[in-house]
Amino acid sequence: MMNQEEVRLMKGNEAIAHAAIRYGVDGYFGYPITPQSEVLETLEALMPWETTGMTVLQAESEVAAINMVYGGASMGKAVMTSSSSPGMSLKQEGISYIAAGQLPALIVNVMRGGPGLGTIQPSQADYFQAVKGGGHGDYHLIVLAPASVQDMADFVGLGFDLSFKYRTPAMILADGVIGQMMEKVVLPPEKPRRTAEQIIRQCPWAVTGKRGRKERNVSTTLEMEPRLMEKNNERLQRTYDEIAANEVRFEEYMTEDAEYLIVAFGCMSRICKKAIQNARAEGIKVGLLRPITLWPFPSKAIAEKAPAMKGILVAELNSGQMIEDVRLAVEGAAPVRHFGRNGGVVPNPGEIINALKNEFIK
Amino acid sequence: MTQEIIITGFGGQGVLSMGKILAYAGLLDGLEVTWMPSYGPEQRGGTANVTVILSDEPISSPVLDKYDIAVILNQQSLDKFEKHVKPGGTILYDPYGIHRLPERTDINVVEVKATEAVVKSGNPKTYNMILLGALLKLFPMVSAETVITGLKKTLPERHHHLIPSNREAIDAGAALVG
Repeated sequence: MMNQEEVRLMKGNEAIAHAAIRYGVDGYFGYPITPQSEVLETLEALMPWETTGMTVLQAESEVAAINMVYGGASMGKAVMTSSSSPGMSLKQEGISYIAAGQLPALIVNVMRGGPGLGTIQPSQADYFQAVKGGGHGDYHLIVLAPASVQDMADFVGLGFDLSFKYRTPAMILADGVIGQMMEKVVLPPEKPRRTAEQIIRQCPWAVTGKRGRKERNVSTTLEMEPRLMEKNNERLQRTYDEIAANEVRFEEYMTEDAEYLIVAFGCMSRICKKAIQNARAEGIKVGLLRPITLWPFPSKAIAEKAPAMKGILVAELNSGQMIEDVRLAVEGAAPVRHFGRNGGVVPNPGEIINALKNEFIK
Repeated sequence: MTQEIIITGFGGQGVLSMGKILAYAGLLDGLEVTWMPSYGPEQRGGTANVTVILSDEPISSPVLDKYDIAVILNQQSLDKFEKHVKPGGTILYDPYGIHRLPERTDINVVEVKATEAVVKSGNPKTYNMILLGALLKLFPMVSAETVITGLKKTLPERHHHLIPSNREAIDAGAALVG
């Protein structure tokens, strides 16, 4: 039971802002865009520069914001940015550089309908961009998919912790539903920001001045010698292997006796839970697997379940993106079908049940 | 207990605020709550709606297609949401500006003359609290006292002088359906 005194009612976007201050984040750099503008608005209203000393800056553009993050991250600071889909496209060059520089950072995408300027309503159409590398080169982000306001608050700390542990940028891939909805949340405890000495100890690679070292630290992503650049790539890939081995997270719901499996993330996992409750009332044995980390993807968990399933439905707010990773995991062991809505349209639980019936229960 | 509610009308009628006040009262009573707005470009004059769920169990979907209660404040919303009320569910509607009445016979339909009441009161900003009073009289999922406690906790001190008029509006709304 939650301590009722600590329980607050707030939007997912507001929870991100509160959690950032409480984690001891050094800097937030952003630019307003619906449906994530409350992140920046809440930070400005809370004025953390007066309390923790956290910098909050509305940059002149999304491109400027991500490069401010790049600079701060190079110094070992805990820095973050947030945006929504069109703004996230603008940030991709900077994200590739941050990944190449093996720098920790937190990037939040509250997805809206696309492509192009699209709509301001919820979407999950940036899955490919987030998990396959939206920028150039062979890199990954640690991608966390929140399904509640509590997740939004908790994943700020989790994202930074993983990001610093593996020197790999982390992304919170949310959607307009999770950003805009209000529900109960218990905020994480307050931590002080790290001192300059603590940063130097935690991040011996950081560009903090020579500090008695013989060699200076240099943060660069340029390497003119291909064989050395290949070594850099190998180092990145070793890190990704380690992350994939240790950091897969997922949630199961009513899978014990399931004959059908729905795979869904973010807000769609919530809608699918309601659909599953209603379908079970009709005697359909269906369960949910919700990837919490979209990268690394819970391939093994899905592969283990697949042979026992009469059918697997992948439900997404896009035309079929995560389904590719599900199919790679299933390797033909069960039929895999897609249900999607697009462009900002959010389906209701009834549509999910109908899709399940139409695909598998004729 | 689970109540799945949609409140829907014009932007500016206090639809989102009413939902938030209800959700916060639910939180104070230890219930699970979700509040999901339509967040389109809905300033004054456009349509706005909010789905509020109060439950003593964990809430799955914040987005619904069937509601226990629909609080309906204009014709467009009635046309759109009448068919989405569960059989045995309830429509509360303000007849002001409504030219086609609810037609279903398998649901409860309650008229709440909130616009008329708020014009009489001379305090138009309490319109949504009149509706909330009527809603809570019919479905006492949270008490009026809890709503007032919520206002005290969330409103800045400088607005606390407005709380008595909100309490009066809740009582006036309850009287409309009592």
